[in-house]
Amino acid sequence: MPTITLTVNGSRHQVDTEGDESLLSALRNRLGLTGAKYGCGEGQCGACTVLMDGLPMRSCRIPAASATNNKIETIEGLSHNGSLHPVQQAFLDEEAFQCGYCTPGMIMAAVRLLNSDPNPSDELIIEHMNGNICRCGAYPRIFAAIRRVGGKK
Amino acid sequence: MNELDQHAGERLRYAFQVSRRDLFKFMGAGLIVGMCVPALTQESGRPAFDSEAPPKDLDSWLHIAGDGKVTVFTGKVEMGQNIRTSLAQQVAEELRTPIAAITMVMGDTELTPFDLGTFGSRSTPQMGSQLRKVAAAAREMLIDMAAQHWHIDRSKLAAENGNVKQSHSSEKITYGELTGGQKIVKVIASDPATTEASRWHIAGTPAPKVDGRAFVTGSHQYTSDIMRAGMLHGKVLRPNAFNATLASLDSASAEKLANVTVVHDGNFVGVAATSPEAADNALLLLQAQWNAPTQVSEAELFHELQSNVDNNASGFGGRANHETGDVDKALSEVKLTSKQTYTVAYIAHAPLEPRAAVAEWNGDKLTVWTGTQRPFAVREELASAFHLSLNQVRVMVPDTGSAYGGKHTGDAAVEAARLAKAAGKPVRLVWTREEEFTWAYFRPAGVIEIRGGVKDDGTIAAWEFHNYNSGPAAMGTPYNIPNQRIAFHPSHYPLRQGSYRGLAATANHFARETHMDLLAALIKMNPLEFRLKNTTDARLRAVFEAAATRFAWGKHAASADHGFGIAGGIEKGGYVATCAEVAVNRSSGEVKIVRAVEAFDCGAVINPQGLRNQISGAVVQAIGGAMFEAIHFENGRILNPHFRSYRVPRFRDIPAIEVEIIDRKDLPSMGAGETPIVGLAPAVGNAIFNATGVRLTSLPLLAKPLKKES
Repeated sequence: MPTITLTVNGSRHQVDTEGDESLLSALRNRLGLTGAKYGCGEGQCGACTVLMDGLPMRSCRIPAASATNNKIETIEGLSHNGSLHPVQQAFLDEEAFQCGYCTPGMIMAAVRLLNSDPNPSDELIIEHMNGNICRCGAYPRIFAAIRRVGGKK
Repeated sequence: MNELDQHAGERLRYAFQVSRRDLFKFMGAGLIVGMCVPALTQESGRPAFDSEAPPKDLDSWLHIAGDGKVTVFTGKVEMGQNIRTSLAQQVAEELRTPIAAITMVMGDTELTPFDLGTFGSRSTPQMGSQLRKVAAAAREMLIDMAAQHWHIDRSKLAAENGNVKQSHSSEKITYGELTGGQKIVKVIASDPATTEASRWHIAGTPAPKVDGRAFVTGSHQYTSDIMRAGMLHGKVLRPNAFNATLASLDSASAEKLANVTVVHDGNFVGVAATSPEAADNALLLLQAQWNAPTQVSEAELFHELQSNVDNNASGFGGRANHETGDVDKALSEVKLTSKQTYTVAYIAHAPLEPRAAVAEWNGDKLTVWTGTQRPFAVREELASAFHLSLNQVRVMVPDTGSAYGGKHTGDAAVEAARLAKAAGKPVRLVWTREEEFTWAYFRPAGVIEIRGGVKDDGTIAAWEFHNYNSGPAAMGTPYNIPNQRIAFHPSHYPLRQGSYRGLAATANHFARETHMDLLAALIKMNPLEFRLKNTTDARLRAVFEAAATRFAWGKHAASADHGFGIAGGIEKGGYVATCAEVAVNRSSGEVKIVRAVEAFDCGAVINPQGLRNQISGAVVQAIGGAMFEAIHFENGRILNPHFRSYRVPRFRDIPAIEVEIIDRKDLPSMGAGETPIVGLAPAVGNAIFNATGVRLTSLPLLAKPLKKES
């Protein structure tokens, strides 16, 4: 079982992994960071979205062993000293979820969008978020939460 | 479990587990209120409040601790419908205490009273009203206790914000001070008065979701997030087709792997290993031969359903069939008649959290965490599978990553428990997306035949409605029709089928409201006027009018390839009307839903924030079934078991959605998790007809693209 080093939320971790273990699996099962979810294992739903060097990635499709040189950010690293990241706060304020299972992936995708464009157009929000599935259908509220962070009501 | 069984299931029954048998003598016809406090009665020097001796195990329903914290026990489960919050609101309202003081213990077979399951939009009308009564009784007890404490008349006291206060002074005492150190049991024999909705302060307000912060920080633990010491990861070897039997298995190579447990028990083959990947690798080494029978394929589906009626199948309420007047005679007497067949595809729930379970054995005691809508039924399933008594099995349901009617069974729980038993360690088993799309169950496909006849004045003379297989929910008509024949015909069906949000109400509303549109077109009446002319139900009329007003129905003329549609109905105590605007691209065949307005009335609204979320979410989910969701299958195999081939609604598919809530504070609160889903499909289909003149009669509507024939 190879040991690899992953840099997650600013900390370095030595992780024993199976050879073909996904980053999602390593985060969840080795590091106990269960915020990123398994939704499909095929990169189709976005529930496993984490940031790698600032970019949103489907962690279910990334071999853990290939992520050793990247800075990985998960939902667990988003809030600081108990205060929520503005995107988390906006999701809470808009109640932009029902079952909440897609929420960490949605938030991570939205964080990247707003990092790259603090005031994204409606079209850009839709284009950027279209890969993330919310089966409960909270899309209008998620959309509103992202607009809220972008300064639109 | 088929749909008919679930209808039978809507009758509430109680059966406490063996260790609670003592409770039965207190049950009578009413409810139980428990207020057990750990400290000894004697220490307080005060007598127990009621004369009944406390049963040894009454931490059920509601408990107020010495610190004023309120714990409510219910077998209902939270899966995104927000019932944890709305039940807490109702308890807080009656108990006159802040929501923050309340903890809801839900869906734990060891701690909560028996519950049939969370389905059928029953949580609000049944559990909500029960807990309100329990809380109201508790509040009155607290006032009585305060009256005794101060030796003053109870009429001079009022409960407020977790205290009992004297009305003519600033004296107050907290609930915790009143209950602290006592052991108190109250059994409600009659219905205590509850607060009228018009006087609600906590219920009826947009209270934020309880534990909302845990969902945005990722700290909430779903079943699939639970870790136990020494836990292994399980995988099941699936047959190559439905109804296959295992002919042979060579597991020698897999069994040679270190730290891998292989289980072969009848048709069940599974592995447990130290990681999901190691389990996957072990599965790949298993050499299995399956014998699968030849099975009905999608191409023959609708013919099969109509020609293979199962006359032995019976349903609750005698299949809900019903006949009044003389349909054939009435149809022969009117000039304008129409006959049409409608079809509905099999669709999948596709909850984003797949079925999952964590199973742990301690001796002959089994504990399972699993996302299910029916924890007590899953407990029975486990007890039966492992030949245990019910009190050897505990099922707990963490707030779950959605279900939509898809998580009634305990498949993953049984599989995880079988592997855990063999491995001697806890096992977590999470179905893959492909398993979820294949080995769960589906919303039943169906065929619906309708004949209708309309008089020259626009009143409907006759209505005949036959549903094959998809189910009887909302099969009747809310319109005033003197001659009706309505029948459900259960069929032999090719795929495992079961409950789904709204059951067959979506299929039956689609067929009925499309046919209403067809009749309106036949007699050249505005579809809204036609509906209003044929119904006297005030609440149905009110939602139609509310939706139409918000939508500005009739204010926009249909243009080429651009149209408007309306539909509505009544189901499970909810009244719904939906207006849709569509734009159709005739060269590509694409349909864009531009706007959807839905009016909904479910009586007194408990949480307008949660209700709006449910209605809007149901409209979004309905877009999938209306436009593109369909399970494709051939000879016992699912052909599209992935999100890339089974399309679900995404951001790009979402129209402007407007929700109009009619808050009837004078009427009982009903559920809202299901009925808001039924109106969209017929409204969109009718809008497509309005835009193009093409009448689509199958769900999904885009099964045949609307390309203009050249």
